[in-house]
Amino acid sequence: MPGATNGVFEMPKTTYINAQEGIKSWLLTGDHKRIAILYLISISIFFALGGIFAALIRIELLTPGPDLEAEMYNRAFTAHGIVMVFMFLIPAIPAVLGNFLLPIMIGARDLAFPKVNLLSWYLYMIGGLLTLSAMLMGGVDTGWTFYTPYSTSYSQSYVFLTGLGIFIMGFSSITTGLNFVITTHKMRAPGMTWSRLPLFVWSQYATSLVMLLGTPVIAITVVLLAAERVFGVGVFNPNLGGDPVLFQHLFWFYSHPAVYIMVLPAMGVISELIAAFSRRRVFGYSFVAFSSLAIAIFGFLVWGHHLFVSGQSAYAGIIFSLLSFIVAIPSAVKVFNWTTTLYKGSISYETPMLYALAFIGLFAIGGLTGLFCAALGLDVHITDTYFIIAHFHYVMVGATVIAYLGGIHYWWPKMTGRTYPEFWGKLSAMLIYVGFNLTFFPQFILGYLGMPRRYHVYPPEYQVLNVLSTAGASVLAIGFMMPVFYLLWSLKFGPVAGPNPWGAKGLEWETASPPPTLNFDATPIVTEEAYAYDAEAEESAYQAALQQAKHAK
Amino acid sequence: MWELPLMPQQASTIAEKVDALYLFLWGLTAFFTLLIFVLILVFAVKYKRGKVADRSNAPDTDHKLEAVWIVVPLAISLVIFGWATSIFFEQVRPPADAVEYFATGKQWMWKFQSPEGKREVNELHVPKGRNIKVTMTSEDVLHDLFFPAFRTKADVLPGRYTNVWFNATKTGTFHIFCAEYCGMQHSLMIGKVIVMEPDEYERWLTSAASGTAGQATADASETPAQAGERLFTQYGCQTCHQGASGTLGPSLAGVYGSEVELQNGEKVKADDDYMRESILNSSAKIVKGYQAVMPNFKGQISEEEVMNLIAYIKAQQGSGATAQNLTPTGKR
Repeated sequence: MPGATNGVFEMPKTTYINAQEGIKSWLLTGDHKRIAILYLISISIFFALGGIFAALIRIELLTPGPDLEAEMYNRAFTAHGIVMVFMFLIPAIPAVLGNFLLPIMIGARDLAFPKVNLLSWYLYMIGGLLTLSAMLMGGVDTGWTFYTPYSTSYSQSYVFLTGLGIFIMGFSSITTGLNFVITTHKMRAPGMTWSRLPLFVWSQYATSLVMLLGTPVIAITVVLLAAERVFGVGVFNPNLGGDPVLFQHLFWFYSHPAVYIMVLPAMGVISELIAAFSRRRVFGYSFVAFSSLAIAIFGFLVWGHHLFVSGQSAYAGIIFSLLSFIVAIPSAVKVFNWTTTLYKGSISYETPMLYALAFIGLFAIGGLTGLFCAALGLDVHITDTYFIIAHFHYVMVGATVIAYLGGIHYWWPKMTGRTYPEFWGKLSAMLIYVGFNLTFFPQFILGYLGMPRRYHVYPPEYQVLNVLSTAGASVLAIGFMMPVFYLLWSLKFGPVAGPNPWGAKGLEWETASPPPTLNFDATPIVTEEAYAYDAEAEESAYQAALQQAKHAK
Repeated sequence: MWELPLMPQQASTIAEKVDALYLFLWGLTAFFTLLIFVLILVFAVKYKRGKVADRSNAPDTDHKLEAVWIVVPLAISLVIFGWATSIFFEQVRPPADAVEYFATGKQWMWKFQSPEGKREVNELHVPKGRNIKVTMTSEDVLHDLFFPAFRTKADVLPGRYTNVWFNATKTGTFHIFCAEYCGMQHSLMIGKVIVMEPDEYERWLTSAASGTAGQATADASETPAQAGERLFTQYGCQTCHQGASGTLGPSLAGVYGSEVELQNGEKVKADDDYMRESILNSSAKIVKGYQAVMPNFKGQISEEEVMNLIAYIKAQQGSGATAQNLTPTGKR
């Protein structure tokens, strides 16, 4: 461990954790850090739940025949999708890491609207619990995409209640986005100019714009869906003059940008990790910052690539295809920029850095296979097959979940004041990497062979690849479970971290770990750019310390 | 059962083209992934903390370099876009001489009908080497007719016609899947497409017609156009639509595919969708010079019957490829 900071620090006396006591002080708090912890706990539980549904799916698919009843299987994959998308992936990084870090990183005492922030968590919980109660009552079998007219006229399941939950959770997204945008504009410490903003803040800012502008559309879509189902208004019903494909346009107008709500914050996390562990300013800072905005804007123009075979006009398909290729460019550039950041760095390989490097590789595959999906003639064959499943899991799990875990490990000492055992951290990171690839890579082949998604029975020739995939999922599950144990262990037994265990730059490392309620003892004044690292100087300091330690022996 | 195929069978004229693009893209993916992997590995080893290396003058930015990795991916993307779009045009534009089959999707079965009138459920017999277009609609929810071996699919929608076409290059039996989630037994909405040599197909057709299959009835040997003609009389359509110019309704001879002027001055093309709408919801688009007197047939007529009626109307062309396709020629 460089710097050897462990064991020499004492916990600060007053922190945001112990400043007030009692369950009420948590449930009524306005402190962004406490709200982040509330989110962390609830999101972790939902993630575990989504994982259980994933396990059900993979167990069913181990053999070609039916083990679960068709109805049960349909409800399981729908629940997996809804829980993971709306209750985990969309809120995870913004609500946990963003909430905790955004104000500290810009030198503010809190978010602009602390009470609205608390309201966001309550909206999230109310919506989440409504959706969960629908699942407990029997669930919903429409797939997380709720395509009409199945969802409006045919499904005998809890579509309305599930939709209501999603509708309410949407407001949580909107209020969080609003809060972040205003905080970033108005609450920056003196000297914290836009060109000095950490890239994590840039990515949160871009994400918040997408949340603010996109989420109302899904809210409207859900309302229309409910009105159609309950009152039969006919917007989507062809028998009443409606158009079932209209639903898909409305749905994907939000749900494609939602992918960027998941991925942009992940990119922000990775920029922080790569910079800190290679002791370098992120190569091409301004391009990385502006490419987040470019992705946010272009992300709104590509929804129609989900509809290439839906019966939409072939010419619309061509425009959406072209735009989809263009939106891939800023992402490609980011990958090159991160890789180049390593050049002439002073790189160390603690757990968060392992996650960051894994992210680059997995995101590259996720992004490049996105080109397969954007390519019209090829997409006609692969759409609605396991190829798509593999592709979006590489983006959503390989990128977003990996970045989230990397971020949790990196800022864990800041959030809790303690460090976790590096050995277990590295081991779980590697298990996740191996398990992930074994789970999802075979699905690319499976999809191209023709296995459609949402099939609970399948022709026997697809079994080998499904067995590989399920085996990978078991490894992945072990990898995901390990951090639960060692992170909880670290809360009591982990060595005290000190304010800056990684020797990293950034305002969050200039205050105590865990921070006091108001984040800083005095408002910080920023005089240098983000990532003012000097790899050469830090490397010689490290070498000198190493020599000294040798002589001391 | 334990063999591990990496590519599906190639059984249509388009399959090879799609596969070429697919393999090219994997080559590209492998190249860039390896490039990044090797770069990371080299930097990771060379610039590991504690290792002596030249770290002076580390660049923060380099606009020329960045321009390169904007322009190069963009150029590659545009090439793929052009390539993939040209394949797409081929996939979505059935050739003019394509023989028209019909398909109806229904929870959870596929109903097919050949131009010769042969009806099948979950099985579709087709001759090899002929352009075949399947016109489809759904009786309930969204479905998707997917032929993996032919590398093509299209959604099947209630209230609309979509189509998918292929030219099979190999005889044999291949999967048909429903690729759009359609409810409980979605994964059982599967079928087989059986590609036969043309003469074998011919024999199969006649044997089925002579009743050896045990399911052939008089009804099943009717062509869609013949069934349409029967329905045309049965539903009383001929009272208004017969003759050079009907008394109450326009004549339908030659109307298919033409431009029709409506009451409100707009012009529409008399295609499948217009025909269907005019049958089910007749007052929606009234032809200029006529009154909205036709009853709506919505709820009284099945999707299959609508298809048959349209086939009959098409056959009224007198000439043209479509009408010929709908008439049993005896050659197949």
